[in-house]
Amino acid sequence: MANLRASDATATAEPRSAGRRRLPPEVSIFGVMIGMMLLFEALGWIFVGQSFIANPLRLKIMILQESVIGILAVGVTQAIITAGIDLSSGSVVGMTAMVAASFAQSAGFTHAIYPSLTGLNPVIPVAVGLLCGLAVGLINGGLIAYTRIPPFIATLGMMVSARGVADWYTDGQPVSNLEESFAAIGSGWWPVIIFLAVAGVFHVALRYTRYGKFTYAIGANPLAARVSGINVERHLVVVYTFAGLLSGLAGVVTSARAITGQAGMGVGFELDAIAAAVIGGTSLAGGVGRMTGTVIGTVILGVLTSGFTFLNVDAHYQEIIKGGVIVAAVIVDQYRLRKRRKA
Amino acid sequence: MLTPSTAEIVRRSGAVPGSQYLLEVEQVRKAFPGVLALDDVSFRLERGHVHALMGENGAGKSTLMKIIAGIYSPDAGSFRLKGQEIRLTSPLDALRYGIAMIHQELNLMNFMTVAENIWIRREPLNGFGLVRHDEMRRRTLALFERLDIRIDPDAEVRDLSVANRQMVEIAKAVSYDSEILIMDEPTSALTEKEVAHLFRIIRALKAEGKGIIYITHKMSELFEIADEVSVFRDGRFVGEHRAGDVTRDDIIRLMVGREITQMFPKLPAKIGDVVLSIKNLSLEGRFRDVSFDLRRGEILGVAGLVGSGRSNVAETIFGVTPATSGTIAIDGRAIDVRHPSVAMDAGMAFLTEDRKESGLFLLLDVLANMQVAALHSGHVRAGFVAEGEIARLCNEQRERLRVRTPDLDEPIINLSGGNQQKVLIARWLLTHPRILILDEPTRGIDVGAKAEIHRLISELAGQGVAVLMISSEMPEVLGMSDRILVMHEGRLTGVVDRQDATQVKIMELASQ
Repeated sequence: MANLRASDATATAEPRSAGRRRLPPEVSIFGVMIGMMLLFEALGWIFVGQSFIANPLRLKIMILQESVIGILAVGVTQAIITAGIDLSSGSVVGMTAMVAASFAQSAGFTHAIYPSLTGLNPVIPVAVGLLCGLAVGLINGGLIAYTRIPPFIATLGMMVSARGVADWYTDGQPVSNLEESFAAIGSGWWPVIIFLAVAGVFHVALRYTRYGKFTYAIGANPLAARVSGINVERHLVVVYTFAGLLSGLAGVVTSARAITGQAGMGVGFELDAIAAAVIGGTSLAGGVGRMTGTVIGTVILGVLTSGFTFLNVDAHYQEIIKGGVIVAAVIVDQYRLRKRRKA
Repeated sequence: MLTPSTAEIVRRSGAVPGSQYLLEVEQVRKAFPGVLALDDVSFRLERGHVHALMGENGAGKSTLMKIIAGIYSPDAGSFRLKGQEIRLTSPLDALRYGIAMIHQELNLMNFMTVAENIWIRREPLNGFGLVRHDEMRRRTLALFERLDIRIDPDAEVRDLSVANRQMVEIAKAVSYDSEILIMDEPTSALTEKEVAHLFRIIRALKAEGKGIIYITHKMSELFEIADEVSVFRDGRFVGEHRAGDVTRDDIIRLMVGREITQMFPKLPAKIGDVVLSIKNLSLEGRFRDVSFDLRRGEILGVAGLVGSGRSNVAETIFGVTPATSGTIAIDGRAIDVRHPSVAMDAGMAFLTEDRKESGLFLLLDVLANMQVAALHSGHVRAGFVAEGEIARLCNEQRERLRVRTPDLDEPIINLSGGNQQKVLIARWLLTHPRILILDEPTRGIDVGAKAEIHRLISELAGQGVAVLMISSEMPEVLGMSDRILVMHEGRLTGVVDRQDATQVKIMELASQ
C-alpha cells in the first residue's frame, strides 16, 4: 500500500487540476440546500396541504428577497476571508438608499428633497449611491489597514454612524415619488440578475486573479503575506472598498425595488449577509471561503425564511430556528475543515 | 487494560515496575488521505535509556510520536506501558500515563506568561478556586533552578527568543514528572551552549530512570546522547541498533537506502562584483553599525549565538522592519527598502527563520504557498493569474527539490516540516533572485535533503546568485561559506575567510 505515496521524485507528475480527487466543499452545502427544500416540501404537504417547491411565485419572491442580502454577502465574504468582517453593510444600505432615492425623485414633484434635481437620468442616483458606498468602504479599509483598530470595531462604528447619516439626511422622512426609470432597476428579475452578476465577477476574481490569491494569503498569514511582497495595507483597503461599493449597490437596489428610500432600510442585513457567507463555508478565522458557497448560503437563508412563512410559523420561532441553523452550519464546516487536515 | 488514572496513581506511589521496557509499541499502522505514514511499525523503549529516532522527512517519526503522545489515533496497533496494555485516545490520557512530548513546532501560547504556559491546567488554586500567582511563580523558579534555566517566569512568551521558547517547552515537559519524554528535534533552535545544557538535563533524567525518545537529524547529537537508535524509512522501521554498534554511514545508508558520499558539496564558483553593499546599517534596539559587501557568486555565512541580531539584519535588509539608519545599495545604487516588495523589485529573496510564523500559509495548499511571491512581478495577465504556466513551474520546482507531496493541491499543513521548508525555498527560487537571503535554510531537514539543498545553493552561487546564509550549524557554515560574518549582541564582531575559518575562531567572535 506504500505506493499510495508519491515517494519517488523521479516519477514524472503531470499537473493535476484542483478538486478532482476531493469533492469541492460546495457539494455538501448544495446538498443541504436541496435537503432543506425537500424537507419543507414534505412539511408543506403534511401541514398546509400544498407544495412548497411547485410554486413559481413563491420561489421568485424568495430569491428576490434574498438578492439584496446576497449582494452584501459577496462583499462581506471577501472581508471575512482576510480574517476581517464588515458590520456596517446594513446601515450603508439604509444610507445609500436614502441618498440615491433623493436624486431619483420624479420630475415635477413639489416636495422633492432637491427640487432642482428631479427627473434625473437614473444613472445619476445609481452613481451617487455607489460613490457613497465606496467612500464608506475607503474609510473602513483605511482605518483597518493603517491603524490597529480591529475590523469588528471599525465597522461597528461605521454601522452606527452610517445609520445616523441615514436618519439625519431627511430628518426621518421617507423619500418617495421615484422615477420609473430608477424603480425599474429593482423590478422583475433585476435584483437577482445583479446579485448573480456581482457574485460571478467576484467569484472569478477570487479564484483566478492575483487579487484573489493575495486575499486568501492575507487571511491565512498576514506576516507571511508581507514577507512575500504583498502590500497588505493597500490590499485591505481595496477589499473593504469593494465591500462598501457592494453595500451601496444593495442600497440602490433596495430603494429601487421599494420605490422609496427609508432610513430604516437594511436593519439587520449585515448579520444575514455574514450568516449567508458562513453557511456557505467561509471561515470567520480567515483564509477559507468561496463565492459559490456564499451564493448557496444566501439561497439557503431564503429557503428558510420562505419556508417558515409558507408553514405559517410564528416570526419569533423563525428567528430562533434561523440562529440554530447558522450555528449548525458552522459546526459542520469546522468538522469538515478538520477532516481535510490530518487526523 | 491499564486505565490512565490507575497509571497515574501507580506512578505517584513511586513503585518500580517489573518490566524492563517502559513502552512497547507493536504493529502500528496509520494512513492519511493519499499517504501511508506508518506501516507495521514496532518499537521499544527501555528505562533509563535515550532511544534516538532517525529518518528522512516524512518517513514517519513525528507521526509515530504524535500517536504515542495521544495526538493522533492509530488505525491499527497495540501499546504496552511497563508491560501492561494501554489505549491512547487523547493527549490528556497520554499525560496521565506519564508520556510528555516536546514538539518540533512550538506549542506555546504567545500571549500568556512563561509560568502560565508551564502550569496550564495544573495551576495552584486557593480555597476560592482562584489562581495563586505567587505560588505558580515560586514553582516555576524551583523548576528552573532544578534545570538551571534562567528565564523570567512572568515574561510573555511572545517576547522570548525562539531558543528560550524551546527551553520553556522542555521545562514544561519535564515538569509533568513523566516517565517517558518524547523530544522532537529539541535542539533545532538552540546553540551549542544550550544543547550542552539540554544534554545535562537529559542525563539527569536518565539517571532518574526515565525513558527518552529523541528525534533528531543531527548525527553528532545521536552519538553523544543516545543509547539506541532506530531508523525509519517510508513509514517502515528498518533497523534498531545500540548506538555504539553503528557508524554514521550505516545510519545514513539505512535512512536513504543509498550511500551519500558528500555531506556539503560546495562547488567552486566564480566570485564577481559587489552586488549588495550594506553600510552602517542600524535598527534601534536590535543591531548597530553593520557593514559588509556581498558579491555575485559568493556565499556569505552569518554565524553567531541566538539573539545576536542576525535575523534582524536580514529582515531589515529585506524591508520587513526598515532600518533606522544606514544604507543599502544594490549595484552601487542606494535603495530605501521600506517594504519587502521594494526588496523583491531589486532582485532579493528572503527565506525566514520561523516558517510557521512568517513563511507558511497553513490554511492553503502547496500551490498557493509556492506561487505567492512569483505573482508579485510576473505570471499575471491583466490581473489574471496564468494558471497553466504557474502550475508547470511549480511542478518543476517540486521535482527539482523532491518535495514529498501527493500533488500540488495538498493542504500544506499535511506536509512534514522539511518538505514545507522545501516548498518555501521553491517559492523564492521562482522569483529568480539575484540576491538570496536564507535564515536557517536547513532547519528541520533530514540529511539527504540537506545535502540536496546545499548542492542547490552551491549551484545557484555558481550561476551568479549572491547568497547570504544565516546558520547556527557550524558544519554548515564552515562547509558552505566563502566568508563568514560573525555577530554578537547586535554588532558585527568579525569577518573570517573560508581558509582561515575554524569552529573555535568563530565561537570566540560570537561570544565576545
